[in-house]
Amino acid sequence: MAELKKTPLFERHRALKAALAEYGGWIMPIQYEGIIAEVRQTRQKAALFDVSHMGEFLVEGAGAAAFLQEVLTNDISALYDGRIIYSPLCYPHGGTVDDILVYRCGAERYLVVVNAANTAKDYEWLSERAKPGMSLRDISAETALLALQGPNSLAVLQALGRAPLEQLRYYHFLPEVELAGIKCLVSRTGYTGEDGFEIFCPAGKAEALWGALLEAGELRHLGLVPAGLGARDVLRLEAGLPLYGHELSESISPLEAGLERFISFKKGPFIGREALLQQMEAGLSRRLCGLILLERGVIREGYPVSDGEKEIGVVSSGTYSPTLNRSIGMAFLATGEAVPGRAVQVVIRDRAHRAQVVTLPFYRRESK
Amino acid sequence: MNWQVQKGLKYTRTHEWVRLEGDLATVGITDYAQDMLKDIVYVELPEVGRLAQAGESLAVLESVKAVSDLYAPVDGEVVEVNEALLEQPELLNQDPYGEAWVVKMKVAPGYENPDLLDEEAYAVLLEEEVKE
Repeated sequence: MAELKKTPLFERHRALKAALAEYGGWIMPIQYEGIIAEVRQTRQKAALFDVSHMGEFLVEGAGAAAFLQEVLTNDISALYDGRIIYSPLCYPHGGTVDDILVYRCGAERYLVVVNAANTAKDYEWLSERAKPGMSLRDISAETALLALQGPNSLAVLQALGRAPLEQLRYYHFLPEVELAGIKCLVSRTGYTGEDGFEIFCPAGKAEALWGALLEAGELRHLGLVPAGLGARDVLRLEAGLPLYGHELSESISPLEAGLERFISFKKGPFIGREALLQQMEAGLSRRLCGLILLERGVIREGYPVSDGEKEIGVVSSGTYSPTLNRSIGMAFLATGEAVPGRAVQVVIRDRAHRAQVVTLPFYRRESK
Repeated sequence: MNWQVQKGLKYTRTHEWVRLEGDLATVGITDYAQDMLKDIVYVELPEVGRLAQAGESLAVLESVKAVSDLYAPVDGEVVEVNEALLEQPELLNQDPYGEAWVVKMKVAPGYENPDLLDEEAYAVLLEEEVKE
């Protein structure tokens, strides 16, 4: 196996005695104090995640917009400068290459954020389809990405700079924000179901920014703690958000994953359109839904789901949820079974456990 | 090394501890094991009366991220399980050598496990784990 990649914050994680593990070819912090404490802190105060393993590409040039319209399932025509859109990226057969964020920096300049484990694959997929009059550049190595998540996130950033971040709306960004003297791109996005920001900065400045954020959190008593990928996975599951490799993959279409609102059949041709249309017309054979376990135990990926007699699906992700104090999971169930309220069984080590189908998400923050 | 190792107990290479008193063996997980697992949220216990051989999985411990087995350190019969762990699995993180014992076994007559480690040998094993 090739040597694991390290983010610019690797030494910081070591100094904080994080539990480290491999993820998507990277050595990443899984937890610091503990996943449960980190999840609670994110929901109640604020947490800082190093997500520099994510990939970033710049798509530039006169042909950039037309190119993106062709490879994405979502419609970018309504984007304006400073606006972000989420979109799957499909194969012609309707399976999913990746799910990504697209930031419009200008009519001919887009920042694309991709999953860490898919960075090389996506770059190849996109460059093979690049058009004349555009360029595609992988800027992952020179870019660090921090996610600051939780209700106190705004207050943490306000301690470090004067940008009008309070007015920054969800899925919008400011291209140049100075935080602790470091020029950053700041977006109001995240993968936790909480208010929060994602902050892009040059890799060389990541340590300084990480330190400044944690220090500001401490000085202002905002309860900011570092959090690892373990907490991030629990938080995204509670928020009902898909994770590539679990709820999306080459053999899972975004329709099956319940992402129809990110597919625009009206915008014109795009890769995968015919296959997805056909799936819609023929009807899906399986659908992603939420499960809550009604007895003790923990739902895990790969566990079979049954109706008491036959297998009706399989768990794609599962965990113990500290926020709900019970086990939750997502599963692909045969379409007729994917009905909220339905009683099903999750088979854990050969023993059936009672569970219930629920609508996603499991957790939604109270709006202000 | 920051993990507690208690005197007077025997240890396995899979990080169980066992207290031998006559033919009664009380079994739990070590401080190192609970620290590696972190945040234990669920425990599956064996039925009283179950016969097991050393090395067999007796109980399942689950943290937020991982599923882990507790292996029988001796041949014998399960005579008692710690049902408090069903309600409070976090006891395993808080007091692994005390309140959070997992099972008590009646050791099979004449059985002795030559692979059990004393506290010094177990401490050496932990030092090796740290180096890796």
